[in-house]
Amino acid sequence: MSIFEFLLEPFDYVFMQRALAVTVVASVVCAVLSCWLVLIGWSLMGDAVSHAVLPGVALAYIVGAPFAVGAVLFGFLAVALIGAVRGTSRVKEDAAIGIVFTTLFALGLVLISVTPSQTDLSHIIFGNLLGLSQGDLLQVIVLGAITFAILVFKRHDFTLYAFDPTHAHAIGLNPRLLGAFLLGLLALTSVVALQAVGVVLVVAMLIIPGATAYLLTDRFSHMLVLAPAISVACAIVGLYISYYLDAASGGMVVLTQGAAFTLVYLFSPRHGLIVARHNAARRRKLATA
Amino acid sequence: MNTAIDVNAVTVHYGDVLALDAATLRVEKGRICGLVGMNGSGKSTLFKAIMGLVKPDAGTVTIAGDTPTKARRSGAVSYVPQSEDVDWQFPLSVQDVVMMGRYGHMGMARRPRKADKLAVADALERVELSEHAQRQIGQLSGGQKKRTFVARGIAQGATTLLLDEPFAGVDKRSEATICALLKQMASDGATILVSTHDLHALPDLADEAALLMQRVLMHGTPQEVLRPENLALAFGLDVINRSEDAL
Repeated sequence: MSIFEFLLEPFDYVFMQRALAVTVVASVVCAVLSCWLVLIGWSLMGDAVSHAVLPGVALAYIVGAPFAVGAVLFGFLAVALIGAVRGTSRVKEDAAIGIVFTTLFALGLVLISVTPSQTDLSHIIFGNLLGLSQGDLLQVIVLGAITFAILVFKRHDFTLYAFDPTHAHAIGLNPRLLGAFLLGLLALTSVVALQAVGVVLVVAMLIIPGATAYLLTDRFSHMLVLAPAISVACAIVGLYISYYLDAASGGMVVLTQGAAFTLVYLFSPRHGLIVARHNAARRRKLATA
Repeated sequence: MNTAIDVNAVTVHYGDVLALDAATLRVEKGRICGLVGMNGSGKSTLFKAIMGLVKPDAGTVTIAGDTPTKARRSGAVSYVPQSEDVDWQFPLSVQDVVMMGRYGHMGMARRPRKADKLAVADALERVELSEHAQRQIGQLSGGQKKRTFVARGIAQGATTLLLDEPFAGVDKRSEATICALLKQMASDGATILVSTHDLHALPDLADEAALLMQRVLMHGTPQEVLRPENLALAFGLDVINRSEDAL
C-alpha cells in the first residue's frame, strides 16, 4: 500500500468524510475559544457549561426547536445558578459548579432516556462521529462558522476582558456583557463539539489546545493561530489512528491532543519543563563558578 | 479654577460594611492629589466610585462636570491597577497593552488606524519604553510595568488618571521617573489621583493630599496632611510611635 492509498483510503467512505469535516470544524472553534478560557481561568466553567447544555438540547429536540437555542438557554441557566448558589450560601465556587452542572447533566440524561428517539445515550456522551447525518453536518458547520466569525471579529474585546476588565469598564465598554457574550459562545461551541467527541470529551477540546499554545508563545495573537492548528492536526491524526486501529474516534482525537500537550509541556522552547530545568541548572553552574 | 474630580458626600455599603461614609473630595484640573489611608480605609472603593464600578448609596460623582458614565465613554478616565491585580503572565506585549488604551477610539473590530499607532508610539516614547515595546509584560522591571499602564492612559488621551499604589515594588530610581512623568502630565492639564502607602514620596510628588478613613478627614497640602498628629487620626497612635517605616 502506498502512502497515498494509506492516507486516502479512509475517505472513500462518506461517513469518514463527514467525521473529518465535523471534527475539523469543532476543533477549530473549540481551540480558538480555549485561548480565552485558559487565560481567564474558566476551564471549570467550560466543563460546567458543556455538560449543562444537555437538557437544553434534549428539550429542544422534544419541542422541535433548534438545538442552539436550548443549549444557550441552559448554558446561561447554569452560570446563573452557579452564581446564585455561590453568592447566597456558604458553598464555595468549585462546589457550586460541581453541584449545578452534574444536576443539569443528570436532568439531560433522564430527559433523553424517557424520550423516544433515534438518539442513543452513548452517542451524546461519547460522540457519534461515524454516524453523523447530512443534517448534523450542516448544523455543525453553520453554528461553527457563526461562532468562529464572532470570536475572530471581537477578539480584541475578549482579550481586553480577559486581561483587564476594569480597563474595559474605564473606557466605556461593558465587561459583564462581554463575559456573558463569551459564555453564550461557549454554549454554542459545546453543541458543535458535542456532535464530534461527545459531551464528556468536549471539555478536553475546550482546554487542551489553548493550554498547549500558551506554553508555546508569549503572544496572544500567535496563540489564536497555534491553538486551532494544533487542534486540527491532532484531530486528523486521531481520526487516522482510530480508523486503522478500529478504536473510538472521539477518544482517539482527544488522546492525540493530550499527547501533543505532553510533548509541548516537556519540550517547549519557551516554557517547557526540560528547557526550564536546563536553564536553572546552567544558572546554578554559573553562580557557583 | 474648574473642578476635575468632584466626589460629593458619597456613601457606599458592602452588605453591612460601611466602606465610604459621606466622603467628599474635590480636585482641581491639573493637580496631583495623594490619597492616604490604611488598608480598609476606603481608598479602593473611592476609586471604584469615581470609575462608576460601584453605585453609591448616596451622594454623586462628576468628572469634569460629566457623569462617570459619560466621562468613561469619552475616554477621559484611565486607571493604573495595583501590580498584584495584573496577570503578568498574560501573553501580551507592552505595545499590545498600550494599544488597549486606544480601543475606545476605534471601530467595532478594534483595528488600529494610523492615528492609533502614532498615539501608541508617542506614549511609549514619553514613558521611555520604546525599545521594550515588543517585550512580554512579565519580563519588565517593577517600574517599567507601572510605566506601561501610565502609557496606556497617555495613549488613551485620558484627562483623569487614577493610580492605585503605583510605588509598590518599584525601586527609587523608577519612582523618580514615574513622579517626573506624572508631574509633566499634570502640567499638560491632566488631573491625577494617587493612592499610596509611600508617605515619603508624597510631598515631592503631590500638590495636595487627602486623608481617608471612610470619610475624608482632611484635605490640604501634603506637609499639612502628613503631620504626625494628623496621621495619628487615620492610622492610630501606635504607628506614629513606631516611625513611618511601619507604614
